[in-house]
This record gives sequence, C-alpha cells and structure tokens, in this order.
Amino acid sequence: MISSFVVNFPLFCIVASLLCAVVCSVLVSHAAEKVCWGLLMAVLAANITLLVYQIQNGESVTFMMGHFPAPWGNELRFGILEPMIAILLGLVLLLTAIGGRMHYFAQAQTGHRSVYFTMLCLLQASTMAMLFTNDIFTGYVFIEIATIATCGVLVSRNTPGSIAAAMRYMIFSQIGSGLFLLGVILLYGITGHLLLPNICAAVQQLWATGEYHLPLTAAISLITVGLAIKSGLFPFHFWMADTYGSASPGAAGVMSGVVSKLYILFLLKLIFCAFGTEVYYDSGAQNVMFVFGAAGALVGSVSAIHQRDINRMTAYSSASQIGYIYMALGIGGQAGVIAALFQLIAHAITKPPLFLSLARLRDVSGNSPYFADLQGAAHRDRLAGISFTLGAMSMVGLPTMAGFIVKLQIASAAVSTDIGLKAIPTLIVLALSTVLNTVYFLRTVLRIYTPSETHPADPKAPWWSPKGGRVSATLAYAAFAAMNFGFGLFSQPVLALLERGIGMLGF
Amino acid sequence: MKSNETWKSWLRGDLDLTDTLPEAQMPSALEPTGTETSQTSGEEQPASMKTLERWELHLFQKLYPFFAVLMGLAIVVVLMATVFSLPRFGGEDVPANNEVAERYLADGIEETGAINFVAGMILDYRAFDTLGESHVLFTGVCAVILLLESTEEVNIFRRKKTKKRAPAPRLDLTKDPILHQAALFIVPIIFLFGIYVVFNGHLSPGGGFSGGAILGAGLIVYASAFGFEQTERFMNRKVFRMVTLCALCFYSLSKCYSFFTGANHLESFISPGTPGNIFSAGLILPLNIAVGAVVACTMYGLFSLFERGKI
Repeated sequence: MISSFVVNFPLFCIVASLLCAVVCSVLVSHAAEKVCWGLLMAVLAANITLLVYQIQNGESVTFMMGHFPAPWGNELRFGILEPMIAILLGLVLLLTAIGGRMHYFAQAQTGHRSVYFTMLCLLQASTMAMLFTNDIFTGYVFIEIATIATCGVLVSRNTPGSIAAAMRYMIFSQIGSGLFLLGVILLYGITGHLLLPNICAAVQQLWATGEYHLPLTAAISLITVGLAIKSGLFPFHFWMADTYGSASPGAAGVMSGVVSKLYILFLLKLIFCAFGTEVYYDSGAQNVMFVFGAAGALVGSVSAIHQRDINRMTAYSSASQIGYIYMALGIGGQAGVIAALFQLIAHAITKPPLFLSLARLRDVSGNSPYFADLQGAAHRDRLAGISFTLGAMSMVGLPTMAGFIVKLQIASAAVSTDIGLKAIPTLIVLALSTVLNTVYFLRTVLRIYTPSETHPADPKAPWWSPKGGRVSATLAYAAFAAMNFGFGLFSQPVLALLERGIGMLGF
Repeated sequence: MKSNETWKSWLRGDLDLTDTLPEAQMPSALEPTGTETSQTSGEEQPASMKTLERWELHLFQKLYPFFAVLMGLAIVVVLMATVFSLPRFGGEDVPANNEVAERYLADGIEETGAINFVAGMILDYRAFDTLGESHVLFTGVCAVILLLESTEEVNIFRRKKTKKRAPAPRLDLTKDPILHQAALFIVPIIFLFGIYVVFNGHLSPGGGFSGGAILGAGLIVYASAFGFEQTERFMNRKVFRMVTLCALCFYSLSKCYSFFTGANHLESFISPGTPGNIFSAGLILPLNIAVGAVVACTMYGLFSLFERGKI
C-alpha cells in the first residue's frame, strides 16, 4: 500500500523529463534552455524530498507502474541509494551543463541549440529511470535513450573531429548494448521473467540446482561485459581518448560524470537485485572485474603519462578512475561496494570541472591542447587554473578531498576482505597508480603555472573570467570544488548513508 | 645524462612516447580530399616515426586480423554452446511458459479490453517500456538532425557534396515511369492499410509500431516517386514537430495518469469497455494512434534526413 504522496515523485520526474525533452525540441533555444534548467532543478528538489522521506521511512518502496504488480507490470523500486545518487548525478548534470554553456553556445549551430537541451532532458530521464527501475528491460530501453542522447550531445559541437568521435563512441556503445541485450534474452529464456525480484528468485534456484548453468554464466558475463564496454573499462577504454578529446567540454563532462556512471550503477543494481551477490561472486565474474579494474587503473595512468595533449591525458585519467571503481567492486563485500560507490561519486564530481576548466585553459592558449602551448595558462585564466588544480589534487588523492577518502576506503576494503589474495595486489595497484597519477597531474599543473614569455597574462583581466564568462560558470566551478571538499571532510555521513542504501538494495 | 634530457623534454610536453598518429592528424585524415589518405599517412611522416614504432605498427597490422578472428571464433563457440543448452523454444515446460504468460493469455482480454494480446501487453501491462521505446525513436531522430541537418562547411557529410568531385551517379526515381504509375496505384492502398493496422491494433495483429512503419513506408514511396516537393505540402518540419510533440505528450500524460491511479489504487475513468468494439480497450487505441504517428514520422524523417539533409 502506498503510504505517502512523495513516493510518486520518481514517476513524475521521469514523465516530466520526457515531456520537457519533447517540448524543448519545438521551442527556440532560449526558451528551451529555461525549460531545461527548470526541469533539472525541479527533479533535484523532488529527489531531495524523496531522500529525506526515505531516510525517515527506512525501508525500500516498490512502486507499481500501472495497475498490475510484478511479475506482470513494470515497477520502480527505491531505497536510500537511488534518490541519493539521483541527486548527485542530477546536480553534476546541471552544473556541467551550466559550466559548459558558454563553450557550447560558441560552437553549436543556431538551429541546433534547442535539440541540445532536449538531449539533456532525455539524459535526466534515463538517469532517473535506470536508477529507479525494477525491470531489466526498462533498464535496457533507457540505456538506449542514454546512448543515443549522448551521441547527440557529442555531435552537437559539429566539427569533423567530434562527429568522428561520436561515431566511434556509438560503435563501441552499440557493441556494449548488443551484448547486454543478448544477456537479457538469455536470462529471460532461462528464468521467464523480466522483473528483477522474480529473476533473482529464479536465478538462485537455477544456480542451486545447477540447471542451465552455461546459459546463466553466459548471461552474467554478457551483461557484465556489455555494461563494462559502455562505461569504458580497460581494455575497452580506447574510445575515451578521442571521444572526450574532441567533444565540447560540457559533453565530455556529462559523459564522464553522468553517463558512464549510470551503466556502472545499473550493473550494481543487477548484481544485487537480479543475480544476487552470492551467485555473482560464485560465478567468478567478480574476480575478472577485479583483474580488469586493476589493470585499467594502471594502464589508464600509463597512457595518460604518454600524452602530450591535455584532453587526451584527462580522458585516460578517466579510464584509470573507472578502473578503480571496478577494482573496488571486484574486491567485493560491503566495504568494497561502498568504496566503489564512493569512488563513483568522487569521480563524478571531480572529472567534469577538470574538463570544463581545461577547455578554458585551451581558450587562453590559442585553442591548442598541447602542453607546449599551455605554458602559463593558469596565469591567463586564474579561475580555470584553480579549478583544474583542485580537481587534479582530488584525483591524486590529497587529504581533505574526496579522492583521498576513496583510496582510503579501497585500501581498507581490500585489507578487511576475507580472501587475502586480493589485498596485496590492491595495495600495490593503489600505490603505483597514485604515483602515476601524481606524475601526470603534477606535470600538467607545473606546466600551466610556469609563466610563459610568449603568452603573458593580461594583468587587467578579472581573475574569474578573462574571456567574459558568466557568473553562473564561476558558481558551477565553486559548487564542484565545495562538493569535493565536502565529501572529503564530511565523508562519514555519506558513507553511513551508502551503507544503509546498499542494505536496502538487499546486500 | 640522456635520461635527464628525456625527462625535461617530457615535462615540456615535446616528447611523445606512443602516439604515431597525433590527434591533430585526425581531422585531415577525414577530409575527403585524397582517397588514399590512410595509406599515405604512414609514409608522410617517416622522419618523426622511429624504426621501432614502425616495426610495432607493422607487427600490429599483421597480428590484428589473426587475433580478431581467433577472438570472434571463441565467442562464436561459446555462444553456440550456450544456445544449444537453452530450453527448447516453444516447449511446454520452458521457464518462459509461466504465470506471467498465463495471466496475459487468460485474463488479458478482461483486464485490458484488447483482443490482441500483444497490444494489451505492450500498451497496458508493460506500458512504461513502450513509453521509453517511443522516446528512443524520438531521440534517434533528434540525434540524426544534429548530425545531418547542417548548412555549415564543417559537417563532413554535407561538405562531401560541395566538393568538386563528380557526384556519385544516382538513380532519380521521380523520372521513373514504372514507379510513378505504380505509386499512383499503390500509395493510397498503403496508406489505407497502414491506418487500418493502427486503428485495429487492439483487435487484430498489428498496432502502432507495425501500422506506423507501413504509413512511413507509404510516405517514403510517395516521396521517391513524386519528389519531396509533393510531400512537403503536408509533411514538413513544422508538421513533423507538431505531430511528434502532440503524440509523445499525449502518451506521457495519459500514461502518467494511468500509472498514478494504478500505483495509488485510485479509481480511474479509463475502462476496458466491451472487448471487440472499435472503441474499447481503454487507452490502447489512442496510444496506438500516437505510437503510429511517431513511428511514421520517424521513418519518413530519417529517410528525408539521409536523402537530402532536412525534414
């Protein structure tokens, strides 16, 4: 029985996002922009209310989408984790879009601006739907919306490079979707259900009796690999460098901050609610995830060191951070999952400001992404310099920032796990990767703060906007930095909430 | 010391350890100026390419097909083995033949009012999925609009046509007498059949997706036979936008009402009606019409965008 009106909010958020997307497509760009901002803020407010309600409520809610309960109709299901992550990703989407707005408007065609806001609304819709759904096929449908909308956001810059990058992303992403769909089909074939609780019950039984063992294992692997490709886990991270490198900064921020995280979150939901953690761990998929995550953390960093293009360097750094998430998931246990979620949050709030600020650093360096030209860029655009440095510090893992808590959590998860085999490799990978992170981020920060003789800074320019940036962009940077410090300094409440959240998911 | 020099040059950003093709090369490689860009790009920069790198590239090109085929074969073997151990399709005791399908078949007519079980399933039991599906189509068209509908030189797809290369010989179907005569005869029938399939979606096999596809095909035949000038009289950007807007908004709002009443166990004024009547099955008929409109617009829109770059 539904007890409060508040539990209807996810439904309203999803429908409102879809409605606004359609409405934005017929409006002129300024009106579309207002509708889009309004929507993102409204969804944020709704999710905050929902989170407060859920913290008081203390148990997960199943919301029937229509007149028919599971297993006949669609359902939403949410505890604390879903609204919490939705708030976070919604905020990242909003701030990234605000911060990248100026670049977008400078680069996009006039006629296409409103479609860009359509895409943002659709991304918001798929964020909400993928987080809240209790149905694997609904998840697939919104995965598709997220993928196509991301391609749309990517091509909106409309340069040959960005179109090629979007195509490459689409090819990789469609391979991922295809594998995921194959997995869903196999799972349906052997369980006869699409709703997660029913799948879970059937999977537990099948695993215990050993019936359809091969199809079940194949389904688990296909779903895992499909979502891993889409989120850019090593060795499928090669699309990242070109895609993030040639996308507009807003698009790169949205992709790295929101979209790639969505797939991981959906995988997490499936591990908990569709396969059950025990079956998943037994199947060995978790160990594979650990190996590839650890390898990704190192390979991404090594590739980042090799770059002489700041965009590509940051993109490879993303690959390495995604590797951390999978490594933490691979460690397993409650601590591992919490560490993975915290890393996911930390990366979502750190990477977008990096992309946004490096675009501004490029702007004041003759639009060149190469380190050689970026010398002294932080003096020419001080706000971007500060923002980049703060992001880099968090990525490296300096104390008081979110990145530090992540490394602490992963390390303690690795040490506390029962299987000692993973502890030593985790610690080694963490240590090596931290050193590698430091190497390439320190090099960048040194470069942008070394005064340049050919491109001296304009002493008269205001420090927050040498190129006439808006106050809103400054606020976006400030908000990202504040969140970073907030999660770094006050991590305990967040960790406690995450723990309660995954408890409600059925851990 | 040499390593000290290397370190300094890396710090300056001059040194690049792996990139054989820096990103700056990418746009030029895409330009349709030379046909053999991909072959020559290796030869053009021998100075910057070290022997080791060239050797690595060579090895990579030699080994890549081998490993790709090996990997593909491995996946094929695993998936074939999986398929053979799946439950037999259509068997009586397969897992998919469970209480879900049973209720859809046994109570479907009574609960949804639709004689066509598939329509009842996709537009009533699992309407949320279909809501997403119809928005996938909309998203697809929007992405293609962003990709193709452009007037600027930067768009590689459009630029191809403005270059001085001889245009690829294309069949102008509007001058084809056979198509012209056949279309005169067949297009009204296609439209009629499409409308029939959409409107009887709850009564007989068909529905919004299939009927919309038929309507879209009819529009494409019409545009191919008589030219886009003729279709533009009734199907232009404005109509396209308005139809999509109305159909998707109607779908979202009506289903939102239905989901809301269902989830909160409220009384809904939508009733299944008398199964078998044309005006029955609650929301299914209007939803079929909305989906049909979106599908038809999407099909025609994608054809038009790829054919001439605009709707």
